[in-house]
Amino acid sequence: MQTPEQIKDRILAAFPGAHLEVIPNGSPANPPSLLLDHGQAREIATFLRDDPQLRFDYASNVTGVDWPEKVVKEKVKVRKIIDGVEQEAAELVERKTPGFLEAVYHLYSMALGQGPLIIRLRTGNRTDSVVLPSLTPVWRSCEFQEREIFDLFGIAFDGHPDLRRILMWDNFADHPMRRDYVPAGDQEPKP
Amino acid sequence: MIAPPPELQTPGAGDFAGHDLLEIAMGPHHPSTHGVFRMNVVLDGETVVKLTPVFGYLHRNHEKIAEKNSYLASIPYTDRLDYICSMTNNWAYVLSVEKLAGLAVPERAEYLRVIVGELTRLQNHACLAGFLLQDMGALGTPLMYAFREREKILDLFESLSGSRMMCNYMRFGGCRCDPPDGWLEQAVRVVAEFDSFLDHFEALLNENEILRARSQGVGVLPRGLAVNAGVTGPGLRASGVNYDIRKVDQYGIYNRFKFRVPLGQHGDVFDRYMMRILEMRESLGILGQALHDIPAGPIQDPKVKLRNLRPKPGEAYGRIESPKGELGFYLISDGGPAPYRYRVRPPSLINLTVLEDMCLGHTIADVVIILGSIDIVLGEVDR
Amino acid sequence: MLGRGILRGLIETWRNFQGSYYDPARLTTVQYPEEKLPPQENARTIPFLVYDGEDPLAGLRCTACSICAVECPAHCIEIVKDTAKKPDYLGKMQFHPKVFNIEMAVCMECGVCAEVCPFDSIKMDRVFELSSDDRRMVLQKSDLAKSNDYFRKIHPAEAAAVDAARAEEQRKAQAKKDASPVPVAS
Repeated sequence: MQTPEQIKDRILAAFPGAHLEVIPNGSPANPPSLLLDHGQAREIATFLRDDPQLRFDYASNVTGVDWPEKVVKEKVKVRKIIDGVEQEAAELVERKTPGFLEAVYHLYSMALGQGPLIIRLRTGNRTDSVVLPSLTPVWRSCEFQEREIFDLFGIAFDGHPDLRRILMWDNFADHPMRRDYVPAGDQEPKP
Repeated sequence: MIAPPPELQTPGAGDFAGHDLLEIAMGPHHPSTHGVFRMNVVLDGETVVKLTPVFGYLHRNHEKIAEKNSYLASIPYTDRLDYICSMTNNWAYVLSVEKLAGLAVPERAEYLRVIVGELTRLQNHACLAGFLLQDMGALGTPLMYAFREREKILDLFESLSGSRMMCNYMRFGGCRCDPPDGWLEQAVRVVAEFDSFLDHFEALLNENEILRARSQGVGVLPRGLAVNAGVTGPGLRASGVNYDIRKVDQYGIYNRFKFRVPLGQHGDVFDRYMMRILEMRESLGILGQALHDIPAGPIQDPKVKLRNLRPKPGEAYGRIESPKGELGFYLISDGGPAPYRYRVRPPSLINLTVLEDMCLGHTIADVVIILGSIDIVLGEVDR
Repeated sequence: MLGRGILRGLIETWRNFQGSYYDPARLTTVQYPEEKLPPQENARTIPFLVYDGEDPLAGLRCTACSICAVECPAHCIEIVKDTAKKPDYLGKMQFHPKVFNIEMAVCMECGVCAEVCPFDSIKMDRVFELSSDDRRMVLQKSDLAKSNDYFRKIHPAEAAAVDAARAEEQRKAQAKKDASPVPVAS
């Protein structure tokens, strides 16, 4: 089984100019994942499925993750004038890491018995830029799982044949699995 | 928030001009839908022209609860996912946490896990064979015979873990408690009686003309579609694809046991039914080997604390071959006491992707049997 | 021959039918409630609090540490600590609960509370015939407290192990006290 770095090189050989990134994984004995950009995601997925050495024909798990924006406080050394003398002093600076939503795909190969390869797709932010290309035309197993991500996280999948809510009732108006979801008082569906 | 696309129009009305189409909702209160599950079926006479599954009636936001509870507290909740097979649900979850945190499991605990896992497979497939025959109209005779054997397995679970179905037995790095005296001998007896029960069960059913006429050629699932749609478990192997996670990943100590993987040829309802019978035979073989070889020793890694497990930040995906298919848990840890993201990969939900494809062109009576042969449990579909 | 499969099946059904008159393997129905199956020793249903001796309040083992309330997956245990302390089986002064409520509508009888308790004070009961015509679903300290004799009756092996461990600790504490006696002021 090739490592994600080798697979990344193979994809870059077939799609020169694609933006790929290997995301490391902190826990022991667990593989890093491959971050794809939106532009050629579906073509790259088709390549992963059909390439004779990779043959990732089985998308096992498709899930969404919510990464809200975080405020990181850092101590930064700046040169300031204190009591008339220029000195280095430490200042507490706040930095915001942007928030985004993420779709994670676990791919296995039934034909070659290898896997898993973990693919990630990230949205621009959590508010208005939440569209990702759907990989349902490549692997049909993503159909219900992408609907669930749409329902619970709010990522809209472009190219999905039937994008509507799957677990919550049809007129529900929020996305429950987001980290900042606050349940409304009366949750019964109104007729 | 993104607004959903406009609601679908009544489907197929334009394509089938001149036919009177009837749209009915089968479920959610329905004795044959294996739980609170609805199918919007559009019929032309008695033939299905479109089928839309609707679920979410048993959604209990298990994933969100797990984000607020500790890792230990999620184990009793996993019992309730696929409520018939609680031991394998526990196993999939603790396997994922052990991958995430890098924990080791002592040998006796691994053997105990295999023993209760295969007992769970036996009682699940017995349930399924019984319910499938009941859906076909056998009115409970095969069901009650199967349940009589299943009771012996549930008694074993009760004396081992305290509860018949919600066992809460596995822990991170081992199992919760050692079997009491006489349990292993009783398990050997149960396995021997199950073997002769299967002989009688097969004599009752396998050559039955009504079963064959109703199930052969019905609900065919082609190989390519099964792989692409992510179908796993006996449904996939009935279509001829040799993919059993016990052989592929060899999690636990499955590489020590000799067993075969039965494969079907046609992918119809009869093949899926026969898969369960053949897999029960293979499980009996594994159980015989495991009950014979189980060593003495500790059942829990002493370095693992029971409370306040905080794995290092990272992610892990652990999967097992549960009786329904591939059951996986995807966990992301941020170093805190609760998982940052906890995701259940439910085999029943993903096996339902192809329900419509299998039912098109068949009669509504066949829809009930096809749904029964997929083997869904709504606790897992909706979580 | 058409119908051979059905005939084979009917032979099986006939075997079960006539066996149900005399064969113990076929006679599996238990005429509940006149007959009852013998209860399994390890069965668990609802939790209960153990007390030693005769007085439920004085002998209650619980020290209101709230570990069970923290670890409970369903968050159904409510504990309020009492400010007064009383001695435990080793003679050490411990807190005890003023209020100990378990909401039975929420409790999922998983046994995690009994597993994490460091004082062997909350254990799993075996009763399942809990129907009543009052609507009290919150069990309080007085409902939950049951004696150690009851614990020995329902879970003999586990109670014997707990008793042996506690007796050992008492013996070790006594030995330590005998080895270094408090000097008497002259």
